[in-house]
Amino acid sequence: MVKFFQRVFFILSGLGFSGYIQAQDSLRNVKPEMADSMRSNGKIYVVVVVLLIILAGLYFYLIQVDRRLSRLEKNSK
Amino acid sequence: MLLKNWWKILSFFFLLYTFTAGFLGSVPVKPILNETIRNLYFHVAMWMVMMIFFIVSVVYSIRYLRHNKPVDDIYATEYARTGIVFGFLGLITGSVWAKYTWGDFWSNDPKQLGAAIALLIYLAYFVLRNSLTDLDKAGRISAVYNVFAFAMLFPTIWIIPRLVESLHPGGMGNPALNTKDIDSRMRMIFYFGAIPGWALLGVWISTLRIRMQMFALNHQTNG
Repeated sequence: MVKFFQRVFFILSGLGFSGYIQAQDSLRNVKPEMADSMRSNGKIYVVVVVLLIILAGLYFYLIQVDRRLSRLEKNSK
Repeated sequence: MLLKNWWKILSFFFLLYTFTAGFLGSVPVKPILNETIRNLYFHVAMWMVMMIFFIVSVVYSIRYLRHNKPVDDIYATEYARTGIVFGFLGLITGSVWAKYTWGDFWSNDPKQLGAAIALLIYLAYFVLRNSLTDLDKAGRISAVYNVFAFAMLFPTIWIIPRLVESLHPGGMGNPALNTKDIDSRMRMIFYFGAIPGWALLGVWISTLRIRMQMFALNHQTNG
């Protein structure tokens, strides 16, 4: 189990690091047409947070349904 | 518990990565598209996941026709159902995207029409299935129809979109995305975040429905 979490952490940190490198790359070229200013002044984070809340809610609901179904299956046996 | 459900947790992390990196990561600068290029992780992913589920569904239908086990029929039906859900989400998100890039929700573009026809064919699968009262007959006929529906995906979404001119990117080669439009950063999020994340979420939803149907099946046969 510990090994499993170590592996997950390793993969996730790898993804984070690649994002960092990409961020460095993107600083070099200027993009006037994009919503860069919106991202830098922080407003896009609001959208990200909203989406993450929706994602969390969706998963919470799915977990509930999954648990209920498991209980039904267990009781009927 | 964790050993059995690890992939559900994994799908959550894939989507977490898609939603954060998808909005905060930088994307190529394109006229007309602008920031909407980020829809790749959501709109295009819907179609890819739909195709995965239709393939899974047809495999189970063929298995059902060969071995005649009701379980395979349930799997085929539920994966087709989830596929349709993802397909319609792809169609709706696509038409919203089209409104702000091509100027209209629906412009009778060959790719829009092809996708709509493919989805209608799959909807007919459920109409056909529900119209038959004999369970065994419903299973066999709808399994045969599923093979036909899958075969119709080839002309409607894989061949014709490659041949005709369209507003949709990727006229030559890949019908969904112009490979020149996206770069390696986007490809990374798309293939290692969006596709596995949405696909695993869909599998989870499908398995919930499958378990529901199996439960119903067992209770019918047991009395």
